[in-house]
Amino acid sequence: MLLSLPIAIAIAWILARKRFFGHAILNAFVHLPLVMPPVVVGYLLLLLLGRNGLIGEWLWDTLGISIAFSWRGAVVASSVMAFPLMVRAIRLSLESIDIRLESTARTLGASPLWVFISISLPLLVPGILTGSMLGFARSFGEFGATITLVSNIPGETRTLPIALYGATQLPEGDGMALRLLIFSVIIALLALFASEILARRAQRRWKR
Amino acid sequence: MIVNFKKRLGDFIVDVNFNLEVNGITVLFGRSGSGKTTLVNMMAGLLIPDEGVFEIGDRTLYHSVDRINIKPERRRIGYVFQEDRLFPHLTVKANLFFGRRFAPKTNRYVNPSQVIELLGLANFLKRGPMTLSGGERQRVAIGRALLSEPRLLLMDEPLAALDSERKSEIMAYIERLRDELDIPIIYVSHSLEEVGRLADNIVLLSNGAVIAMGPTADIMGRPDLRPHTGRHEAGAIINTTVTHHDNIGLTTLEFTGGSLQVAKLDLALGTSVRVRIRARDVVIATVVPESISILNIFKGEVVEIIEGNEGAIDLRLDIGVNLWARITKRSSNELNLTPGCQVYALVKSVAIDRHSLGLIVPPRQK
Repeated sequence: MLLSLPIAIAIAWILARKRFFGHAILNAFVHLPLVMPPVVVGYLLLLLLGRNGLIGEWLWDTLGISIAFSWRGAVVASSVMAFPLMVRAIRLSLESIDIRLESTARTLGASPLWVFISISLPLLVPGILTGSMLGFARSFGEFGATITLVSNIPGETRTLPIALYGATQLPEGDGMALRLLIFSVIIALLALFASEILARRAQRRWKR
Repeated sequence: MIVNFKKRLGDFIVDVNFNLEVNGITVLFGRSGSGKTTLVNMMAGLLIPDEGVFEIGDRTLYHSVDRINIKPERRRIGYVFQEDRLFPHLTVKANLFFGRRFAPKTNRYVNPSQVIELLGLANFLKRGPMTLSGGERQRVAIGRALLSEPRLLLMDEPLAALDSERKSEIMAYIERLRDELDIPIIYVSHSLEEVGRLADNIVLLSNGAVIAMGPTADIMGRPDLRPHTGRHEAGAIINTTVTHHDNIGLTTLEFTGGSLQVAKLDLALGTSVRVRIRARDVVIATVVPESISILNIFKGEVVEIIEGNEGAIDLRLDIGVNLWARITKRSSNELNLTPGCQVYALVKSVAIDRHSLGLIVPPRQK
């Protein structure tokens, strides 16, 4: 998720600020994982990233990295599924930033890059937090794409929902399932509280 | 400063070409939609002209033929906007100092503590901009522009969003800046009150073109420009000097051809003051009035009679300087006024208050 955040900010920036040929196509492409059934996304990723896939073959031949059926694939699957939600939240918050603040900063002598770092990015913090939270929730719960792309390998690609599903399929799995359930409730609550506290702190700083 | 811009915005065309000695406060004056903001945006580099040249001193900031277009951040032009545009996530202090790290380290002329003191900001430094009032925020915005060490300060109707009391307060701060920091200011306004108080020079804009420019008193006194300088709030601007304070609360201001008694002003003798006398505060008599409460009686001659609408007419009088009077048509007929008539112009002392005065700084030695 940390990996996809800068990319999400960049894509959100392009979608919010630039108008170009193919804008609608990029927009649709980014949102695809949100609308398609997760299993379909997983299968698409498998076709692309599998050892015989377009990108997967190249990765395997040149770098010796395999994405499918490894923990890396689990990361890719959940990132791809979370990506549209992050882009959406960040883009919304970007669109609410007053562009005039940025031109004001320019007249004060700041270069465009510095304007982004010192003005736009701090003002984006609430959007980034919301986006990350949504993204986290989505990757946490991601099941379909993950199981299609990387299957269920203990200690490698067994994410929490997959483990929980597995446990419910076993006759003696009830205790295990309950533990996983409590564990996931705790993680979810912690994440919610953390993002709430961070967002409130960012807001309070402005009103001092 | 050479300003030559052409810019087409839809149906509207801005086409200006003038050469200006930037010194003190130059007001870009004109109605809304006359192209003032477009013009200053092009000066700041926020809007790129279709063609033209822009030079300050020996520095070319824009030249369409030579393909020069200095970026806004390299122009060293401060800009105070109509809205304060403070950065909401930074404290007042961080806002103030935002541009300073980009300013050259040598040859600085702005002293931050002096600016903070001049603008009365010392108590707000640690606060966030959201907690300040409109007037306070605009003061921070002015300070922020100054601390970036600009060589020219643009102010685009900086008072438009404030109530009249705040306006007067900020104008006093702007006068102090002009007097204590040697920075040329280009000030956009459509308010005669601001022009009368602040302007040393005026550039008059209408429909995207410059129709006149020059010292304030000249421009405001020209009858041919009255449709542009505004009929409603018409008045004369007179340059005067403080010559006497008496002990019953009056100050004497002297000008070419006479003197004016006004309510006591807290100004040193010898101070130059620009006074705006509104046409509607001037009463006309054909004989010397006796037993009357008015202290300022000027003998003069009617130079011109301009028919206005709504039964009013404007008289241009020569009392040593130009003075305007607005009276009804009926009074004019009864007094039988014609150009060349000898009349007495009466001005109420209390009609001249702090709002209609502008301090004039002695010309600076360069």
